[in-house]
Amino acid sequence: MHFRIFIIGSLKQLFKGPKIYWAWITLLLSLITLGVVSYIGQVNNGLIVTSMRDQVSWGFYIGNFTFMVGIAAAAIMLVIPAYVYNWKPIKEIVILGELLAISAIVMCILFILVDMGHPERFWHMIPFIGWLQLSRSILAWDSVVLIFYLILNSVIAFHILYRAFNIKEYNKKYVIPLVLLSVPAGVAIHTVTAFLYNGMASRPFWNSAILAPKFIASAFCSGPAIMLILFQILRKTTKLQIKDEALWTLAELMAYTMFFNLFLTGAEIFKEFYSNTEHFVYTQYLYFGVEGHNTIVPFGWLAIAFDIIAFVLFLVPKTRKNFITLNIGAVLIYLGVYIEKGIGLIIPGFTPDTLGEIYEYFPSRSEIFITMGIFSFGFLLYTVLLKVAVPIILGEFNYKISEKKN
Amino acid sequence: MEKKQNFEAPKNKIDRRKFMKWMAAGTAAIGTLSALPGCTGDKIEAYFQKHFKELSPAELDGVLERLQREYKKKYDVEISVNSTPAIEDVLFGYGLDLSRCIGCRRCVYACVAENNQSRNPQVQWIKVLQMEKDKGVDLLHSTPYYEPKKVPEEGHFYMPVQCHHCKNAPCTKVCPVHATWTEPDGIVVVDYNWCIGCRFCMAACPYDARHFNWSEPGIPKEEINPITEYLGNRPRPKGVVEKCTFCIQRVRKGKYPACVEICPVGARKFGNLLDENSEIREIMKNKRVFILKEELNTQPKFYYFYGT
Repeated sequence: MHFRIFIIGSLKQLFKGPKIYWAWITLLLSLITLGVVSYIGQVNNGLIVTSMRDQVSWGFYIGNFTFMVGIAAAAIMLVIPAYVYNWKPIKEIVILGELLAISAIVMCILFILVDMGHPERFWHMIPFIGWLQLSRSILAWDSVVLIFYLILNSVIAFHILYRAFNIKEYNKKYVIPLVLLSVPAGVAIHTVTAFLYNGMASRPFWNSAILAPKFIASAFCSGPAIMLILFQILRKTTKLQIKDEALWTLAELMAYTMFFNLFLTGAEIFKEFYSNTEHFVYTQYLYFGVEGHNTIVPFGWLAIAFDIIAFVLFLVPKTRKNFITLNIGAVLIYLGVYIEKGIGLIIPGFTPDTLGEIYEYFPSRSEIFITMGIFSFGFLLYTVLLKVAVPIILGEFNYKISEKKN
Repeated sequence: MEKKQNFEAPKNKIDRRKFMKWMAAGTAAIGTLSALPGCTGDKIEAYFQKHFKELSPAELDGVLERLQREYKKKYDVEISVNSTPAIEDVLFGYGLDLSRCIGCRRCVYACVAENNQSRNPQVQWIKVLQMEKDKGVDLLHSTPYYEPKKVPEEGHFYMPVQCHHCKNAPCTKVCPVHATWTEPDGIVVVDYNWCIGCRFCMAACPYDARHFNWSEPGIPKEEINPITEYLGNRPRPKGVVEKCTFCIQRVRKGKYPACVEICPVGARKFGNLLDENSEIREIMKNKRVFILKEELNTQPKFYYFYGT
């Protein structure tokens, strides 16, 4: 094996690129800087620089966390057919999904860290060193499954890429069971994250059994939406060949999962509307506002509109196979689920609060800058991973070529 | 600018030289930090402090002394930080007489003063809700923001809410690090030095009883109550959750909580639920008692009743 050449070669890969690559990197680095500066302000002044208060004690950070868990979980959607059925059109691009999962989980961890009052006390969560409450706390379990999923995907992706760098087929004896394990692990990270909210009887908006299935359904829309756009960028900018057929199949699967997502949303809205109990007030806050408090009402409707339009675009074969409408659909799905899992899930859960008070939350400038910084870091990480992985997949970067150059 | 140059000339030598420079700078910084006298040692100790329940008696004494040093430095006031154990065969319970409460909020401010709550920004462990008589106990139509010249207002009644010290507490269940728990005498407490500030407990509490220090608590030093308890009213740092402790620093010494003592109409009752002759047991036997949100099965030890 040629580990030293792999590391040096990978670093060299990162510094090679056209102008647009450097422009992209510069943009990300400046946004990260802005995020870091804002975060320093938050550390110095406390979380008071956010719009969160006792009434709405979680906000934009936790919403973004929830959304990114969905993106990470969706990587398994590509993994299943590729490995189990040895399905050619998707197989070569599965590794891209796994790298996406890695980047997404890293972003999740960052979103949790910036939301914490004392991130430096993270060691309290390490079993045996700190004191993790695995017996009762869902958040403890969520941290365990997220870390496990991160390690699992890192091992699989690194193994496949490193073997390919050494011009060897990956070791099926280890990879297949690990990949099979990553399927329930992907379901687990999303289910456990849903259970965080689901298990709280104090918040009727979340205390609904439909929450976990809905998380899975919406994640299986938003994750592939990113992949759809990414694949098109990659096949334009690299020699990576991704067949139209693969993209269309993805889009078709997304149409079905989006239908399921909309169905679950409808079932939930029916129950709230028709039974019309005191608990309807949270749904009312999201879609109609309560007593003139209507800050997030536009977002509630936008999410539903985006989801429905995208569903139709992906369902009709003509618009699914037209790349303009396909891309519009992908962006709409991404935005629709982003609103649904972020502002649309967290904020109505807290508004009105448990004693009936309405505090209108909308993310502050600091929250938006810090969130942009974390997104940029995630994009940077993914760019770096792809910069190394894609040439390996294409056979342009392996130990023989690197040795020759030296 | 440096970054750009680095990209254009990606020579390993330059990288390595820079790396060594950073390493040297880092080592120097750590060196200076550890050379600082006194306070830095306390800071390192505070960072690595164990969970309250895992401290040996000697270690606990050390922690209490360190906290007193920290507060002396921060507030320039001598503050005693104690750790009084629970009294055996005592389970604290609280009664609130809705027919007497006039909504004057003296309890709110007595609590703030006794328990060293932040004045700026305001943190208040007790919330008094004004309700309309023709709607009954209806949280959605209640408000904590009433500002009349005189209370009680015509057509209204008042419902103070604070931590209910639930037997089946949803807040302690969700804490990922055991930073909050129920003491043997039934008081739900927080270890402010162990809390990571994730605020999961705040989302889980159905009574809005938990409060977060969104910024550094602002308390004028002349208003600080210097008699404090580790699990109770000692000054809190920013970024942790705090809540009503039934005035743990008072009740474990046989005194009433500050809110009970200040109440001008005697609407607040307090006592040992295990003592059949206590006032709180008398009330439960003879009055119509109810708990808030009984459908959640939180089993509060905070009982509302109508005394007259």
